[in-house]
Amino acid sequence: MRRYSIFAVAREALRYHQGWERAWAAPAPRAAYDVVIIGAGGHGLATAYYLGKNFGITNVAVIEKGWLGGGNTGRNTTIIRSNYLQDPSAAIYEKARSLYEGLSQDLNFNVMFSPRGLLMLGQTQHEVHGYLRTVHANALQGIETSWITPERVKELVPIINLDGPRYPVLGALYQARGGTARHDAVAWGYARACSAMGMHIIQQCEVTGVRSEAGKVTGVETARGLIGCGKLGIVVAGHSGQVAEMAGFRLPIEAVALQALVSEPIKPCIDVVVMANTVHGYVSQSDKGELVIGGGTDGFNNYTQRGSFHHIEETLRALVETFPMISRLKMLRQWGGIVDMTGDRSPILSKTPLGNCFINCGWGTGGFKAIPGSGWAMAELMARGEPGPLAAAFGLERFREGRFIDESVAAGVAH
Amino acid sequence: MLILECPYCGVKADETELTPGYEAHLRRFGAGSSDDDYEGYMFARKNPKGVHFERWRHTYGCGKWFLAARCTATLEVFGTYPAQTKEPPADLVARITAKRPDWKGFK
Repeated sequence: MRRYSIFAVAREALRYHQGWERAWAAPAPRAAYDVVIIGAGGHGLATAYYLGKNFGITNVAVIEKGWLGGGNTGRNTTIIRSNYLQDPSAAIYEKARSLYEGLSQDLNFNVMFSPRGLLMLGQTQHEVHGYLRTVHANALQGIETSWITPERVKELVPIINLDGPRYPVLGALYQARGGTARHDAVAWGYARACSAMGMHIIQQCEVTGVRSEAGKVTGVETARGLIGCGKLGIVVAGHSGQVAEMAGFRLPIEAVALQALVSEPIKPCIDVVVMANTVHGYVSQSDKGELVIGGGTDGFNNYTQRGSFHHIEETLRALVETFPMISRLKMLRQWGGIVDMTGDRSPILSKTPLGNCFINCGWGTGGFKAIPGSGWAMAELMARGEPGPLAAAFGLERFREGRFIDESVAAGVAH
Repeated sequence: MLILECPYCGVKADETELTPGYEAHLRRFGAGSSDDDYEGYMFARKNPKGVHFERWRHTYGCGKWFLAARCTATLEVFGTYPAQTKEPPADLVARITAKRPDWKGFK
C-alpha cells in the first residue's frame, strides 16, 4: 500500500493523478481461510483490521453480499458519542470514540472525524433527572460530559428555539468530545488497511449456507463457491437472523426499518450535533451544508430498506418546533436501513452454540458510533475464543440469565 | 403506508391508527418451565425475511387486538384474522402457499 500524504498529493499533481493505486484489491476467493467474516460493513471490516493489527491474524476473508459499506454503514446519521448510562455500554462506546480520535492517522485514511460536540436536550423534568444521573455515571466511568443551562445551549446553537410550543429546553447533556465522522470513509479506510495486510475483501458474494460438523463450522457456501474457515464471524446487522438460521440457532432480534434524510445544502448554521429525544429528532450539518436528520424506527418487522412516511413527518415536526428557521427547508433525499433490535436494545458480541462461530449484532440504531470499539472487542473474542473485558457483558447468555444492559430504559428512546 | 383491515370492525386502517405487537402465536411458558423454554418464549424470535404472522392492535379504532399475515421482504399483506386462535386459519395458509410456493409453512 502506498501511503497517502501531502507528498503523494504533490507527486500525483505533477503527473496528472495517474499513479493512484486502487484502495483495496478485488481478489478471487481462496478455498479456505483461518478466519472468515460475513459482512463487509464497518463492524466486519473493523473486526478484520484489529484481528490483524492486535493479534497478527491476517489469513482473513471478509465476504459481502452487496458492496462494501453499502448497508447500515452507508445509511446512518454519522453521530459519535459515548454518554451512556450503563457501565458496559459506556466502556465499549467510549473505546470506540477514543479510537475514532486517532483513526485517520491509524488507517492513513481521512475519516473526517469531527469532534464538534453533541447535545442531548432535556425537555421534561423527567428527562432532566435522567440526564443528570447520566452525567454523574459518566463522571464515574471517566467519560467527560456535563449538564449545561439553556443559556449555554443557546450560545452553542443560536438557531434553537428554547421556548418551544410543547417542550421548552430546560438544559442539555453535553459531550464536547462527541461529534460526527464520514461514514463511507470509515468503511473504506478499514477496507484499505485490511487489504494492505493481505486480507481478502470479497464483494458481491452472498452467503447461502453455513456448513458445520460436530458442533463446529467448517465453511460457508457462497455465490462464489464453498469457502472453508477455521473460525467464522457473523457481522451482518439487519440480516443476522437469516445467517444465524443458516448456522442453526435463533437470536433475540427483530429487524425493523430506521430512516434518515438530508435537506438541501444551506450555509453553515449549526456546528454541533443536537438530539431532541422527547420530541424525537436529531440533526447535524454535513460539510456539504445538508442538514442530516434522523428520528425513530418503525414498529414492525421489515427488510425492505424503506420506512413509513409518517415517521418522517413526526421527525420533521419535532425539528421544526426546535429549529423554526428550517420550516421552509426542502428535503433532498430519504433512505432506510434495517436495524437489528435486541430485547434490551444493547448489542450482542458473543460465542454461539457452534464452537468456532462468533456473532456481533444487535447494534440496533446505534451501530456507527461503535464501529472501532466493536471491531476491537470482536477481534479479541475471535482471536482468543473468549470475550475480553469490553465484550464480556454482551454475551447471548445474558437473556437467559436476566443480566440485561438496559439502555432502552436509560435512554428512553432508541440510541 | 401499511394498511390492514381490522377483522372486528371491518375498517381499513392505516398504520397511524394501529399499534404493532410483533410476533404472533407465541406459546407462553411461565413459572415452572425450563430455562430453554422460558428464554425462547421471552426473547428468541423468528424474525423471518418473508411470510410473517404478527399481532396488531386497532388502537385508534375499536381497540381490539388482531393478527395479520404479512411479507417482511415486500410489505405485501396476505390477510388479517381474529386473535382468538392458536394458528392461522387454513384458507389464509392456502392463499399464502399459492402465492409463495417456496414458503416453508407456519411451523
